[in-house]
Amino acid sequence: MTDASSRPRAVFYFGTCLVDLFYPEAGLSGIRLLQREGVRVVFPRGQSCCGQPAYNSGYAGEAREVARAQLRRFPGEEPVVVPSGSCAGMIRRHYPDLFAGDPDETAARAFANRVVELTEFLVGVLGVRLADRGAPVRVAWHSSCHALRECGVDRQPLELLAQLSGVTVAPLARDKECCGFGGTFAVRHPGISGAMADDKAAAVEESGAGVLLSGDAGCLMNVGGRLAARGSRIVPRHVAEFLWERTRER
Amino acid sequence: MSAEPRPADFRRASTAALADGPLRANFRRAMDGLMAKRAARFADPVEWRDLRALGAAIRARTLARLPEHLVRLEARCRENGISVRWAETTEEANAIVLEILRRHGATRVVKGKSMVSEEMHLNDFLERHGIESLESDLGEYIIQLDGETPSHIIMPAIHKNRGQIAKLFGRKIRDAVYTEDVDALTAIARRVLRRKFFEADAGISGVNFAVAETGTLCLVENEGNGRMSTHVPPVHIALMGVEKVVPRLEDVPPLYSLLTRSATAQPITTYFNMIGGPRGPGEKDGPREVHLVILDNGRSRMHADRALQATLRCIRCGACMNHCPVYTRIGGHAYEAVYPGPIGQLVTPQTEGVDRRADLLEASSLCGACGEVCPVGIPIPELIVRLRTEAAAPGGASAVLGRGGARHRVESLAWRVWSTVLSRPRLYRAAALAATRLGRLVPAGFPPLSAWTRFRSAPRPARRSLHELADDERIPDA
Amino acid sequence: MPDGARERILARLESGASTEPAGEPDFAVMARRAVRPEERYASLRRAMEAVHAEFLEANGDDWPGRVRAFAEAEGIRSIAYGPGTDAAGRLESVLRGSAVRLVPYDRPIEEMKRTLFDDVDAGFTTTRGGIADTGGLILWPTPEEPRLLSLVPPVHLALLDVARIHGSLWQAMRDEGWAGRMPPNALLVSGPSKTADIEQTLAYGVHGPKRLVVIAVVPRA
Repeated sequence: MTDASSRPRAVFYFGTCLVDLFYPEAGLSGIRLLQREGVRVVFPRGQSCCGQPAYNSGYAGEAREVARAQLRRFPGEEPVVVPSGSCAGMIRRHYPDLFAGDPDETAARAFANRVVELTEFLVGVLGVRLADRGAPVRVAWHSSCHALRECGVDRQPLELLAQLSGVTVAPLARDKECCGFGGTFAVRHPGISGAMADDKAAAVEESGAGVLLSGDAGCLMNVGGRLAARGSRIVPRHVAEFLWERTRER
Repeated sequence: MSAEPRPADFRRASTAALADGPLRANFRRAMDGLMAKRAARFADPVEWRDLRALGAAIRARTLARLPEHLVRLEARCRENGISVRWAETTEEANAIVLEILRRHGATRVVKGKSMVSEEMHLNDFLERHGIESLESDLGEYIIQLDGETPSHIIMPAIHKNRGQIAKLFGRKIRDAVYTEDVDALTAIARRVLRRKFFEADAGISGVNFAVAETGTLCLVENEGNGRMSTHVPPVHIALMGVEKVVPRLEDVPPLYSLLTRSATAQPITTYFNMIGGPRGPGEKDGPREVHLVILDNGRSRMHADRALQATLRCIRCGACMNHCPVYTRIGGHAYEAVYPGPIGQLVTPQTEGVDRRADLLEASSLCGACGEVCPVGIPIPELIVRLRTEAAAPGGASAVLGRGGARHRVESLAWRVWSTVLSRPRLYRAAALAATRLGRLVPAGFPPLSAWTRFRSAPRPARRSLHELADDERIPDA
Repeated sequence: MPDGARERILARLESGASTEPAGEPDFAVMARRAVRPEERYASLRRAMEAVHAEFLEANGDDWPGRVRAFAEAEGIRSIAYGPGTDAAGRLESVLRGSAVRLVPYDRPIEEMKRTLFDDVDAGFTTTRGGIADTGGLILWPTPEEPRLLSLVPPVHLALLDVARIHGSLWQAMRDEGWAGRMPPNALLVSGPSKTADIEQTLAYGVHGPKRLVVIAVVPRA
């Protein structure tokens, strides 16, 4: 998409709250993948959350204040890379509406236009070539719904995985069906969400994969948690961490 | 049906549905098949994009000038000899239907499939007034025999398997031999229903598209029961919601194509019936009278809001429910509403109140599958969020019924605290420190974690946050 | 009679009405899908056979003979039809004296109901044309050929001149200017009556005809 001349020298990194608190290694791996391509990565301290949990729960005012705080943390014009299709989708698709009529509307729109999901950036902007150093492994890929449907990120993670010679991506039954996370949905309707997570976990088990990969922490927490409760040994990993671990020079 | 129905309880009903193995198997099988067939029928992404944009534009433009189109439809229908009546509520619509039937001394009515008549609970109403109102669509006939309501707007008996239907026929239809053969079951229904068409005093139908330009009522169907109901009896009463109008005849083919392909993956249905009036001079058949009842029932309220107005674009194809991971697991009855699934999650809270049906609004993971397949581009997930926002609103006025009525003190306080912490960098870092150091101590039985751990192992915060790792690795700050 | 409900509904709808046009509909996608003339018959036939319509082909004027042969072979002993059309005249002349009885639909349904429901094996109609892209016959019932001829008898025999197949429904409506001349009933029929209401399993002949037999009149080679 972007040719080499427009390849940015520096980017901002928006780690997201779930990665910050639950999957920091994945967050750091994303930074490493970018740095290895010669990109300077800035991680503004004090960044927190895109505001999606409150926004989706109907608390737009509360979401807006959290979102506004992020606008302040990411000055300038450099791209903002996000290791989550869900958070990237929230910012890109919903900030313009969230800030409609607000004094920060222009800033919110500008911020929304700078946001890029991590794998989308690695493939589309940087055009990375990966060399696999890991042992052969069969993985299952689960795309988050928002990566697919709000960000249009579908082939990019698979293109990256295809570059890894030792990695086989196992076909997953109903691969585009939601895993049942849905933020607060998981605790508001635990029965329905649990049934969805269980079906997804069963599909992952049936795929014969040893590792479950996703680009979104929420899905990993959900399906990974269900896999563990089923007694499965399948390891849930964020795709950033998986890519970094398999390609880093030791 | 009792006069005082108990309040809808989605949580209880969905829990019961989840525990019903055969029901879940019936839906899973059906939805998998429908999704695969639909995808094949829209195999060309460019054609899908353009056709959908056309469908969305037609519907959105129609709604933008809805009163104008309705007035024109009424005038053209009258010129064609179709009498037109308006009803603000389902009670009014029922009264109009009853009055027409009484005028003709009608006691036996056959019905084509109509979701508007489900809104009206018309069958029960007519039975209470001594009029037999028989559903003639096979699926509707099956569930009427069993005293049920539709579990899907296109395939009303989709929750039943052939064994259940075979038993039902054996129990309810005289001389029905027990069989699980679908052709034989269909033949049994044919035998019964052809008699009913023959004897009926009046026929009632819905309307798929009402063309303002020509005063034409379009009916989409496969079985022929719609044609039987509208052409054999001497009186035909058509029921439509105000949103069913389309301005021009030319608007019909794209919408019809989107409808049949989205609903059942058919390029075209067996019958497309365009009714332009009662029996004309010299004609030997067709009803002597055609009546059109135009119903509001909360639609004008949806129409008043520019964003929520998109709810009324719906052409009732059912694709949103076919693709909904929640609907697939609990089926249509759990929603305890006329319209189940994602479109129902928009319609029901708007007609019954976002306060009373907040439970429906919560029952979505916002995965976006519904919005992705909607043939007229209704942004269903966005509108669900909008209605959640209305339900939790702290005040102010809007056109939405029950606004602010689902705001809970504890929850709104929790979001206020959340917002305060996450919008202040230092406070957030302090909270993150506490979470990473102490988060593992939260007992799994503590709500809302207990809801999570019913099905999953507990998520535990990392020992050190990404912020801390970034400090360690000297990743530059802004 | 003043209609209070009407006025109140329209008044409420005015508040949500908007003057700004919400995107001009672009019908180019409809124009693209029309099937080219030389492929229309094959396309229609393929689409309709997929939903169990049957086809008899006839060259030019020999179609009544095909109908007669088909009826005799299939044990169809009576055919309801609408007298007074050209096609009816030809059918009468060919079937006269055969084992196949022609039953004229020449009185109001009130007098014909039992005959139509119980006493005929088939109904014969002409068609106004066909639709190539999706399959489907266009019928505009007339006083001579009433509406129920194509619906109530167990077999529907439909005469189609393949030269009158349109590229698509949209094309047919535009080319023939339907909007200015809609009849009391216009109809598309693409196959025999069917349902999938039991376990999504297709079953044919649920209420209307169990068979749709298209007599396709193709030009003499």
